[in-house]
Amino acid sequence: MDIVQLLQLIVSSSLVYSAPIVLTALGGTFSERSGVVNVGLEGIMVMGAFSSIVFNLTFASAFGDMTPWISALIGGLVGVVFSLIHAVATVNLRADHIISGTVINLMAPALAIFFTRVLYSGAGQTDRITESFGKVTIPLLNRIPIIGDIFFKGTSAPAFAGILIAIICWVVLFKTRFGLRLRSVGEHPQAADTLGINVYLMKYAGVMLSGLLGGMGGAIQAQSISLSFQASTIAGQGFIAMAAMIFGKWNPLGAMGAAIFFGFAQSLGVIGNYIPIIQDIPSVWLQIAPYVITIIVLVGVIGKSEGPAAGGKTYIKSK
Amino acid sequence: MTNRKDTLNNLLVPLLSVVMGFVLGAIIMVIFGYNPIDGYSAMINGAFGSSFYIGETLRQATPLILTALGFSVAYNAGFFNIGVAGQALLGWLCSVWVANIFSDLPGLILLPLSILGGVLAGALWAGIAGFLRAYFNTSEVIVTIMLNYTALYTTNYLIRNVLTDSADATPRISEGASLRAGWLTELTSNSTLHAGIFISLAMAIIVWFLMKKTTSGFEIRTVGLNPSAAEYAGMSSKRTIIISMLISGGLAGLGGVMEGLGNFQNIFTQGAMPTIGFDGMAVALLGLSNPVGIIFSAILFGALKIGGNSMPMISGVPTEVVDIVIASIIFFVGANYLIRYFIDKRARVNKGGVK
Amino acid sequence: MAESVNVIEMKGITKQFGTFKANDNINLQLKKGEIHALLGENGAGKSTLMNILSGLLEPSSGEILVNGQVVNISSPSVANKLGIGMVHQHFMLVKKFTVTENIILGMEQTKNGFLDRETAKKDIKELSEKYGLLVDPSAKVESISIGMEQRVEILKTLYRGADILIFDEPTAVLTPQEIDELISIMRALTKEGKSIILITHKLDEIKAVADRCTVIRRGKSIDTVDVSVTSPQELADMMVGRSVSFKTQKKASQPKETVLSIENLTVKENRGLDAVKGLNLEVRAGEVVGIAGIDGNGQSELIHAITGLTKVESGKITLNEQEIQNKTPRKITELGLGHIPEDRHKYGLVLPMSLEENIALQTYYKKPLSKNGILNQKEIKKFALKLIEEFDVRTQNETTPAGSLSGGNQQKAIIAREISRDPSLLIAAQPTRGLDVGAIEYIHSRLIEQRDNGKAVLLMSFELDEILNVSDRIAVMYEGNIVAIVDPKETTQQELGLLMAGTSLEQARSLIKQGKGKESVRID
Repeated sequence: MDIVQLLQLIVSSSLVYSAPIVLTALGGTFSERSGVVNVGLEGIMVMGAFSSIVFNLTFASAFGDMTPWISALIGGLVGVVFSLIHAVATVNLRADHIISGTVINLMAPALAIFFTRVLYSGAGQTDRITESFGKVTIPLLNRIPIIGDIFFKGTSAPAFAGILIAIICWVVLFKTRFGLRLRSVGEHPQAADTLGINVYLMKYAGVMLSGLLGGMGGAIQAQSISLSFQASTIAGQGFIAMAAMIFGKWNPLGAMGAAIFFGFAQSLGVIGNYIPIIQDIPSVWLQIAPYVITIIVLVGVIGKSEGPAAGGKTYIKSK
Repeated sequence: MTNRKDTLNNLLVPLLSVVMGFVLGAIIMVIFGYNPIDGYSAMINGAFGSSFYIGETLRQATPLILTALGFSVAYNAGFFNIGVAGQALLGWLCSVWVANIFSDLPGLILLPLSILGGVLAGALWAGIAGFLRAYFNTSEVIVTIMLNYTALYTTNYLIRNVLTDSADATPRISEGASLRAGWLTELTSNSTLHAGIFISLAMAIIVWFLMKKTTSGFEIRTVGLNPSAAEYAGMSSKRTIIISMLISGGLAGLGGVMEGLGNFQNIFTQGAMPTIGFDGMAVALLGLSNPVGIIFSAILFGALKIGGNSMPMISGVPTEVVDIVIASIIFFVGANYLIRYFIDKRARVNKGGVK
Repeated sequence: MAESVNVIEMKGITKQFGTFKANDNINLQLKKGEIHALLGENGAGKSTLMNILSGLLEPSSGEILVNGQVVNISSPSVANKLGIGMVHQHFMLVKKFTVTENIILGMEQTKNGFLDRETAKKDIKELSEKYGLLVDPSAKVESISIGMEQRVEILKTLYRGADILIFDEPTAVLTPQEIDELISIMRALTKEGKSIILITHKLDEIKAVADRCTVIRRGKSIDTVDVSVTSPQELADMMVGRSVSFKTQKKASQPKETVLSIENLTVKENRGLDAVKGLNLEVRAGEVVGIAGIDGNGQSELIHAITGLTKVESGKITLNEQEIQNKTPRKITELGLGHIPEDRHKYGLVLPMSLEENIALQTYYKKPLSKNGILNQKEIKKFALKLIEEFDVRTQNETTPAGSLSGGNQQKAIIAREISRDPSLLIAAQPTRGLDVGAIEYIHSRLIEQRDNGKAVLLMSFELDEILNVSDRIAVMYEGNIVAIVDPKETTQQELGLLMAGTSLEQARSLIKQGKGKESVRID
C-alpha cells in the first residue's frame, strides 16, 4: 500500500467513524448551551439508530439510494420525540439532569429492543439493511491532485454533511437572535426572563435540537457501520460525543474537531493493522484513548469554568 | 408531628413511583397486544414462585445492594458516582484474578484475599475521580463516565491477553475462593444464591452506622450538603471527598466480587458495562440513598430482573418490559416534584380549599 | 417640578405566599417626572411590590393603572411594552456577553436573519451620550466595573423605551462618588420626562434625591409624604413603627492585652489580584474593633485569611501569641477563634440539617459530643437544648432543619454556637444583615457582652450606623489596606464616608471644615 492509499484509508475510515459523533456532539452543544446537561445522548442515539433501521428496512425499495438519508431524518425526528422526556423532566418536573439523562439511557435500549421484538417476531435484532451509506466520491474536488485522492475519493458523505451542519450550528449559535437567546438562558436564565425571553421554550429548543442531531447521529452510526440494529449498535458513541463537546469547549466547531479526532482514534482500532507503527500498539490503547484524553483535558483546563454558567440547574419561575 | 408527616411523604414518593412504573409497563403491554396480567403474574411467579426463584431473586439483589450502597455514600457526599459500573467490573476482574493466581492457598485465606483484591480495585478506580475532583475540581460525572469505558476495554484486554491466552473467559475459580455455600444451594433447590447475601446485608448495617453514627459520616453528609460550611467548620473537604469516593468505589467493587466469586465463578469479556452498575444507581435512587430503603428496592429490582426472565416463555411478553418499568420508576423518582405536587395539593384540599 | 399626572397607580395590591402576606393592600402613586422613594426595612415587601410592577410576580389581588388605564402585567415583556423598566439590585447581566449583547437581548435587531450588532452599537452610543451613561459597548461584562455594570442595567431599560424606571437598592454596591454620579444620572432622567421609583432603606439618599416617599412596613403601606418637609427621624419612625434609638447603650471599653495582631498581611482574591495589601491591625481583649468600608475593599478576604478559609500570601497573623497564618480553620478555631460568617447560608449553617447538628458543627468531634469517632446523640441533643434556651432561638424543636428557621433565629443559633466555645476572639462579619430591628438589638448587645467579659471582638459591617454604635475603635478599609483608625466618639458618618472613598484623614477633616463633604444626615 503506498502512502496516498494509506492516507486515503485513514481519512475515509476516520470520517466514517466520526460522522455520528460530530452530529451528536453538536446536539449536546445545543442542549448544554441552553443550560440542560444531557448525559442521555447515548440513549437518544439508540432511538435514532433503531428507528432509522426500521424505516430503512421498510422503505428501501421505495426510496432506493435516498433511503439512508431519509431514514436519518426519521431517526432525528424520533430523537426529538424521545428527547422530550428529558425536556419535560428537567424543565417542568425539576428532575436532576443527570438522573433524567440516566433514565434516557436505561429506557432507550429497553424500548428499542422491545419494539424490535414486537416488529420482527420476537427477534432481538433486525436484518441487515440493503441501502446503506456507502462510499462516495465528491465530483470536481476529487480531481485535485493527491488531496483529491486522500480526502474526496471513496469517502463518507455523512461526514461531509456533518461538517457542513457544524458550520451552520456555529452560525446559528453565535450570529443569530435565536442563538443569543439560547445562550443567555444557559448563562443567566433569570436575566433572560426579565427581558421577556421564554426561558422554558429556549430550554425545550435546546433539548429538542439535541434530540434531532443525536437521533441523526445514531441513524448514521447504524446505517454506515453496524448496518442492522441490535443492543450493541450504539456502544459508547453517545458518551464519546459528550466528551467531544467538552473537549470542544461547547463550541460547534471545536466539538466537530474533537469528534473527528475521536473518530480517528476509534477507526484506528479497526484499520490499525494496516498501518505501520500503529499495528504494534495493543488495540486497547486506541480504544481507551478518547476517554483518557478527555480526562486529561478536563484536568488541564482547571480554574477555567468553560461550560455554561447555569448548566444543570433547574430554573424555577416564581409566580 | 410535621416530621412524621414528612417521613410519610418521603416514603410515598418511592412507593407511588413503583406503582406508576408498573402501570406504565402495563399500558405498554396492552398497547402492543400483550396481556399485562399474564405478564406480571409470570413475573411474580418467576421471582417468588418457589424456593429456587426466591434464591435467584436474592442472588440478583446481592450485588445490587452493594453497588447501590456505594452510589449512596458518594451521593450523600454530593457526588454523582456514575462510575459504579466500571468500579464493579474492576472489582469482579481483580477478585477472579487474585483467586486464580493464589488458587493453591487455603480458602480461609484465599477468599478474604480475593474479596480484598476486588474491593481495592473498585476503591482505587473511584479514587481517581475523587482525587481529580478534590485537587482539580474536575466534574466527577464526566470523569467516571470516561473511566467506565476505560475499565470496560481494559478488562476485556486483560482477560484475553493476561488472564488467559486469547480466550474469552477465565477458568473457574477454585472451591476455596467461592462464595457458594452448600446449605444455601440446597435450601433454595439448587439456585445460585451464595453467602454474599450476608456480606451485602452486613455492609448495609455498616454503612448505616457509618453515615448516621460516626463523625466521619457526619463530615461526609456536611460536605455533601454544604461544602463551604464544612470547610468553615474545619472539616477537610478534600479528604472527605476522597474518602467518600474510596468507600463508594470499594462497595461497588465488592458488588463486582459477588459476580466473580459468587454468581459466575469466573469472568468473561463484556460487550457492555455490567448492568449491576446502572441498576445499582437506580436501586439507590429508589431507596432514597438510605440503607434500609436500598435493601428493599434491591430485592424489588432483583425480583424484576429474575421474574422478567420467565415472562417470554410463560406469557410471551418480552423481558425488555422489565427494563422499561425500571427506567420509568427512576423517571418518577427523579421527577418527584410531580408526585409531591399532587400530594401537597391533596393535603391542601383536605385542609379546606387550595390556597 | 412634578406635574400632577399619575403615570402609575397601584391600588390595594396584595401578594400572598402560602399563609404569608408579603404585600397587604398596598397603594402607591407615581407622578410623571418625579423621583419617588419606596422606603422600608429589609423584608418589608418593597421588592415584592416592584417585582409585581415589573411583571415578575402576579399579585393575588389589587389593580394597577398605567397612565390611567387598568393593565394586567403578566410578564416582564408586558411591563416592557408599558414602558416600565427595572434596574435590579443584583445585576441581571450575562457575564460572558458583551455590553451590547446584554443590552439588546430580547430586543435584537436583525439584518438578513443575522444579528445586527453594528446598528445596535450605534444606538447604544447615542443613548449613552444623551443621558451621560458612559459604557464600552464592545467590552465583556465580566471585565467592567460595578459602576459600569449598573449603567448597562439602566441602558437596558432605556433601550426598551422605558419611561418609568425602578431602581432596586441601587447604591448598595457603589462608592460615594459613584453614588453622586448615579444621583445626577437620575436627575438627568427625570429632566427628560422619565419617572423613577427608588427602593431603599437609606434615609440620607431619600433626602438627597427623592421628591416624595412612600413608607412600607410589614407588607402594608403606611404613608406617602413630601420629602422636603419630613425629617429623617420621622421617616425612620414610620419605617420601624416605633421610636428608634440609634444608640446602643454600653460602658466605656477597658482594653487589655493584644489578642489578635496582623502584620504586613497580603491576601489574593480568587482571580489572583491582591485584595489585602500589607495590612496591619491589632485587636485587644475587652474592645470591639469595627472595620468600615465599601463592599469589595478586601474586608471579606481579610476575614477569610484570619479564619483560615483563604491562603495568606505573606505577612503574619498572631492569635493568643501563636502564629496562625495558613493554619487550617480547625486549628485556628481551637486556638480561640469564634466566627460569625458574612454569608450565613453559605458558611454558617448547613440548611437541610437539623438545628442540633448545626449547633454541634464546630465541636462534634470532641468529647462529650463524640468519642473515638462515634457520635453521642444524647449529648448532642442536650447541648443543643441548652443553647436554644440560653440564646432564645425560636424553633419548633431541635430536630427542625436549620433552613426553616427565620433569619434572626438562624443567626442566633450561629452566635450561640460560636460564643458557647468561649473564644478569646470573636469575628462578626455583617452579623445583622437582613435582620429585623429586634434581632439587631439582641445581636449588638451580645457582641458588647463578649467585650465586657474581656474578649476581643472584630466587627465587619457595611452599615455605618452599626459600626458607629458598637465599635470602640473604627478601622477604615480602602483598597486592601487600613487607611485610618478613628474613635467613634470623634468621627461622623460624613468623615467615615470620605475615608471609605480613599480620602486621607487630614484631607477629610479639612474638607468637612470647608463644608465640601458629601451632604449627609446624622440621625441621633
